[in-house]
Amino acid sequence: MNGRKPFVLYTAMAFGYAFLYLPIVAVIAYSFNKSRMVTVWGGFSLKWYGELAGNTQILDAAQRSLLIAALTATLAVCLGTLAGLALARFGRFSGRNLLSLLTSAPLVMPEVMLGLSALLLFVSLEQLVGWPERRGLTTITIAHVTFCICYVTVIVRSRLVQMDHSVEEAAMDLGARPWKVFFVITLPLIAPALLAGWLLAFTLSLDDLVVSSFTSGPGASTLPMVIYSKVKLGVTPEINALATLVILFVAAGVTIAGWMLHRQGKATG
Amino acid sequence: MATARPHATVEPWQDPNAEPILRIEGVTKTFGKVYAVDDVSLDIYRGEFFSLLGGSGCGKSTLLRVLGGFEIPDKGRVLIDGVDVTRVAPYERPVNMMFQSYALFPHMTVEQNIAFGLKQDGRARSEIEDRVAAMLDLVRMGQLGRRRPDQLSGGQRQRVALARALARSPKILLLDEPLGALDKKLREHTQFELVNIQEKVGTTFIMVTHDQEEAMTMSSRIAVMDAGRIVQVSTPSALYEYPANRFVAEFIGAVNTIAGTVVDAGEDRVVVRAHELGQDVVARAPQPIPVGTDVSIAIRPEKIDVREQPPSGEDNVVQGKVADIAYLGDVSIYHVRTDSGHVLRVQETHAARTADPHYQWGETLWLVWNAADAIVLAS
Repeated sequence: MNGRKPFVLYTAMAFGYAFLYLPIVAVIAYSFNKSRMVTVWGGFSLKWYGELAGNTQILDAAQRSLLIAALTATLAVCLGTLAGLALARFGRFSGRNLLSLLTSAPLVMPEVMLGLSALLLFVSLEQLVGWPERRGLTTITIAHVTFCICYVTVIVRSRLVQMDHSVEEAAMDLGARPWKVFFVITLPLIAPALLAGWLLAFTLSLDDLVVSSFTSGPGASTLPMVIYSKVKLGVTPEINALATLVILFVAAGVTIAGWMLHRQGKATG
Repeated sequence: MATARPHATVEPWQDPNAEPILRIEGVTKTFGKVYAVDDVSLDIYRGEFFSLLGGSGCGKSTLLRVLGGFEIPDKGRVLIDGVDVTRVAPYERPVNMMFQSYALFPHMTVEQNIAFGLKQDGRARSEIEDRVAAMLDLVRMGQLGRRRPDQLSGGQRQRVALARALARSPKILLLDEPLGALDKKLREHTQFELVNIQEKVGTTFIMVTHDQEEAMTMSSRIAVMDAGRIVQVSTPSALYEYPANRFVAEFIGAVNTIAGTVVDAGEDRVVVRAHELGQDVVARAPQPIPVGTDVSIAIRPEKIDVREQPPSGEDNVVQGKVADIAYLGDVSIYHVRTDSGHVLRVQETHAARTADPHYQWGETLWLVWNAADAIVLAS
């Protein structure tokens, strides 16, 4: 009985990993496929990577998506940290429960609703004050920030609640003013949460199709939008090559972040 | 139980001309409808090791936080060296606090932790280095300055927290349960060390603790708190021998309390009819108490003498049988049940070496105590 248990466990684990990662392995493998047919292996080749390098539409979209994701993540971390700080540290102020509710509402709101309401806002703003003039990079970023803030707020808030508040009090007791306490004590101690929040916001933005579709304008397609429109015309191995590069990029990002968090964890206990 | 420290014979609180370093005037702090601190007034003098003693929720920690500037009282004033600091922010007060959790900065080394307060004061770099080295020496942590808090043991963290809080030479050091996180052996050792450090630096220490033995060992004076109020302020020995009421008597050490009614009052002694004992008890009363008053008689277990034969000529004699024996090595505790069913706790010191208990279960004993050793407390 005892001898069989690991076997059963390992089998279950193997199935689990296969279910999660086999499709990804297939995508990577077929990105090196010589054949134009996606499902037929025609020998090893790097030609789709070459074609990808020449496809300005995809490269432009990728560049735009990365820029939007970076902007979104940075803005969401700034605003989300402020919200998390207010909720975790400012005691009971009027409107606290409302703020708590509002920051978590987009977590459970259907994305279509978020996209639609953002579109309506931008259209009516344009009619009323003439800004934003056209929809594009700016409007997508604003829409992404609005739903990414909640994730950052939740992460930062829970980290602050876990943290021993007396550490901040001790800094104040030793003569540091509140702003100094925030930058010298609080910020370094919640840095792992900020990094985690930044990465999550970055991923959510990079990956978003629905909200982007609503808030984008002519000539401002993001990478998911381009891929989606291409897949409608049939998958080309070019997309596989692109997917492989994205996977590599994400894997590298996660590894570096994990290593940084590990080091930080060692330092801060 | 240790007594007050030898140099505590200098008692500034007895001197009407002494200026207190800290004056608390009618401080009240409520949370919602709960009175955490209720109209507390207190004078604490330079160089004292003062303890706020009480059970959990008695308001001692809130009072300490008021002194540190982390809570602003609803009413009352706090004066340090005659200056009103009631509404002064924590970072502008001439006091420092040692937190119960130690609150060391986990991302800084021991040296950086100790230097933090000095840096905020804008001291010169060389001065900071000297001061940090001196503080590390003071708490005997000289070798460990480059370590981070998570590489230290509980006792070492406690020393770093102390060094950090003392580095800026505060006028008053506030200590919130400073030994609470240490194990029993280390705690006893650290009690004496903390007192030695306090004597060396001469800073006024105000400590919050729930441990009466800790407060007795270390303090020059103790304020016993209950439900947000100060019940009694005294030296450790006065608190033990002359408790102001039943709460203090029962909180500090073990005590037998016997309820009764005054039936005869002399000049400095009263006769109390103790219903629980079914007999009268004589006790000394410093102030006259009118006949008919309901009182409690408190008598410490070690003040009761045990006889195996009926004695004569004693103030108080109570007969009973041994119901329980607890052997504690240095002493034994006997529970003696009187004929009326009341149980009295008696303590016998083992002066001579023997493995046998002095008395046996069920043995009839006569308990004897002097009228002067019993305390009369208002019920």
